[in-house]
Amino acid sequence: MPDQNPRVGLFVTCLVDLFRPSVGFAAIKLLEDAGCTVEVPMTQTCCGQPAYNSGDRADSRAIAENTIEAFEEFDYVVAPSGSCAGMLKKHYPGLFSGEPDWEARARDFSAKVHELVSFLADVRGVTAVAGSEAGSVTYHDSCSGLRELNIKAQPRKLLRSIDGLELVELKDADVCCGFGGTFCVKYPDISNAIVEQKTGCIEASGAQTLLAGDLGCLMNMAGKLKRQGSAVEVRHVAEVLAGMTDAAPIGGKG
Amino acid sequence: MSGREAILGKVRTALKAKAGDTVRLAAVNERMAKSAPGIIPARGQLPAKERIDLFCAQAVKLFASVERLASADAVPAAVAGYLRQKNLPQSVRMGDDPRLSDLPWSQEGALEVRHGPSDGNDEVGVSHAFGGVAETGTVVMVSGADNPTTINFLPEHHIVVIDATSIQGDLETAIAGIRARFGKGEMPRTVNLISGPSRSGDIEQKLILGAHGPRALHLIVVGG
Amino acid sequence: MQITSPAFKQNAKGALADVQLQQALGNVRSGFIDKRLKAVEALPEFEALRDSARAIKDHALANLDLYLEAYEKKVVASGGHVHWAESAEDARNIILDICRKANAKTVTKGKSMITEEIALNDFLEEKGIRPVETDLGEYIIQLRHEHPSHIIAPAVHVTQSQVEADFRRVHTHLDAARDLREPEALLNEARKVLREEYFAADVGITGANFLIAETGTSIIVTNEGNGDLTQILPKMHIAVASIEKIVPTLEDASQILRVLARSATGQDMSVYTTMSTGPRREGDVDGPGEYHVVLLDNGRSSMLGTEFQEMLRCIRCGACMNHCPVYHAVGGHAYGWVYPGPMGAVLTPSLIGVDKAGHLPNASTFCGRCESVCPMKIPLPKMMRHWREREFERGLNPAAARSGLKFWAFFARRPALYQAMTAIGMPLLSLLGGKSHRFGWLPLAGGWTRHRELPAPQGKTFMQQVRSARSAGAR
Repeated sequence: MPDQNPRVGLFVTCLVDLFRPSVGFAAIKLLEDAGCTVEVPMTQTCCGQPAYNSGDRADSRAIAENTIEAFEEFDYVVAPSGSCAGMLKKHYPGLFSGEPDWEARARDFSAKVHELVSFLADVRGVTAVAGSEAGSVTYHDSCSGLRELNIKAQPRKLLRSIDGLELVELKDADVCCGFGGTFCVKYPDISNAIVEQKTGCIEASGAQTLLAGDLGCLMNMAGKLKRQGSAVEVRHVAEVLAGMTDAAPIGGKG
Repeated sequence: MSGREAILGKVRTALKAKAGDTVRLAAVNERMAKSAPGIIPARGQLPAKERIDLFCAQAVKLFASVERLASADAVPAAVAGYLRQKNLPQSVRMGDDPRLSDLPWSQEGALEVRHGPSDGNDEVGVSHAFGGVAETGTVVMVSGADNPTTINFLPEHHIVVIDATSIQGDLETAIAGIRARFGKGEMPRTVNLISGPSRSGDIEQKLILGAHGPRALHLIVVGG
Repeated sequence: MQITSPAFKQNAKGALADVQLQQALGNVRSGFIDKRLKAVEALPEFEALRDSARAIKDHALANLDLYLEAYEKKVVASGGHVHWAESAEDARNIILDICRKANAKTVTKGKSMITEEIALNDFLEEKGIRPVETDLGEYIIQLRHEHPSHIIAPAVHVTQSQVEADFRRVHTHLDAARDLREPEALLNEARKVLREEYFAADVGITGANFLIAETGTSIIVTNEGNGDLTQILPKMHIAVASIEKIVPTLEDASQILRVLARSATGQDMSVYTTMSTGPRREGDVDGPGEYHVVLLDNGRSSMLGTEFQEMLRCIRCGACMNHCPVYHAVGGHAYGWVYPGPMGAVLTPSLIGVDKAGHLPNASTFCGRCESVCPMKIPLPKMMRHWREREFERGLNPAAARSGLKFWAFFARRPALYQAMTAIGMPLLSLLGGKSHRFGWLPLAGGWTRHRELPAPQGKTFMQQVRSARSAGAR
């Protein structure tokens, strides 16, 4: 039986903070509906992946220290992103190797970190959500969530619990969309070739809406779909699960 | 300094190891002495009959053809039959392995049997396997004075006679058999593990049989 | 071979625009992946075998000096010769020396990435010895004066119609009216041409998938049988292998063989797994009269004991590139040297220097698919990140990217300042985005907007909204 009323620190992620706050509010609603007390520490910025994946360990470590200090008091740390949660959970401890005190602190912190949808399903035992969405949706498995955190069944299970929602499987759903953080601007032509494969599969699925759990991937796929003139609408899975789809889809409609 | 000393020196420095470290050496020697099997797939761990059936089924999956005979005396007739079925000349090449040469070839009057290594002009070669591996449908061929390796590769058709009792469930057991025959740490010049006829996928990944080795592999399983 | 890794971006651009290449790469995207999955799913012990295989290589690497010495002893005892080559140049000279002693005019070659690494063919040709590649894929690219674009499927970038054109161009002694429309016809033609070469060759050169310390055996794994004809017909067999190919026992090799073919081509076993120990024995009626092994270091020993040691577990199955979205997009030649794909992105900087190969570990989305299929569980993304760290430490990455990163990190480390800045910037950007909720172009975002729209921010940042709500007394 899960804790009655755990304190959850919401790590909202820099992209949601800056580009799509509605995902953050959807996350709060989902967590509160699952019996959590949600708090938003004001000293958070970014998980540090841009620095970490660019080989800048010093800045990564400094950012990690800031995040750990902001969040270590909570029962759980939850992020609406597999990539950022993966960074916090799988990569933070290694940034402090050789510093036993900090490494231990980072390990304690990391043990409490979860991605939003898997937290709801696996830790809070949520089996159905009150979300609303008419029509057909398809789901892309973002790489870090899938391979670092084993997120695959959970979003599908919760989506299927929504009345009126038809979940269509996406061909090559587990293949990268070509975003890759700074990769997409360092190697734009290659990134474009990869996302073109992806949007081809999305169109072929026939779904009206594309969902995923990571805003970076979503912005990449939405940006390509819109450039191609696609009518597919793109949203973060949390918006649909929370039934908060008033905001315009990512990159707008049509 | 020789290349040997330079390389070993660099390796030892990188590993922070000293030459003549008896503890490491003992561990290494023990590992080689034990030659312990690792993880053995359950697939081949079957009673004799099922094991031989699995061997045949796996070989067929690899596009080998399989024929089962109750007795080795029937091998020459089976070989002649294979040649007729494939519209091949009644002529085969084989080594001097007594397991083959002692068979009643003279009963097949029309069949020419040539002995010795292949020079590339043989349509059909016949060999006797050392053993088999059921988990993958593999035959184990061992080279020697009476078992030329060229016969395994040069003829267009390769017929392999295998004693059903020599078919093991897994590769490790087959290796143990080689070790038992040739001695610990010793090997024949060549051991060929053959799993189906030669093939290539190098042109647009299309699988085509008969790349450089035999186009067809025919297994004659005797007994079992 | 000429290194073009520094021009990776231009190489990639050319590859993306190459219609024929893109058509050929479609075969990689489909075939290998489904076949591997089927083979893996059919073997319940596959995951346990991966762990077993990894442990074997880790143990062998931790005792590499001792296993090399044990291996050498056994090779010599079986009548073979062992040569130690510190560098590619040493290896080339050793091989030339052996070939000259044999008075060799023609050498046949089994498929071997290690001889690509030491650029053996060009060297032998320069010295008047004719190398003939016998693996069908290698033969095709030798005719085209190209290099492999894939470590197990060297001609995967070539289409069937290109092969036909090459065969017509080179095999001028054959009937010009012959029908070569089917791949079978192409294969038969290569078979016939190469049969003569096997018999003409004085020396056969192969690589090795494994060296067995217990017995002094080298193992090669092929599907065509070309490696075998290469090593049994000439009077001399030279096996060229890098030092990390060593495993303690035949049983250890069996464990790794079970994951090798499944990961590479989706086969349970390759057609021919051949174990060679020494030269022809007394009484033998065929087989090579001399057996030489050239053990190559060429940078491996300097990977030992570093964060790149785990790369030495690699068994060259190609699964990482078969599953790599970047490889699928640009193919193998864009990587600019011998080893492409994720394994190349880690190995190439070790072997030719990160100053030349710096793009390779950067050109990855870190999707992690390579690591998830690697039979030896090599943490490829982690090691690519280690290369990025080395580049960052040495200031090798572009100045603009570096200063941009530092600018961003300055704010990311200072939450109050970060939030103050973004609270001004994002609403402005949102306004600019207007009703379309996206940008087709934006200053400094050219890398993004060249190929896609940039979704506009919604307005006030999340943190800004939470802060306002707090001061209003809620939450």
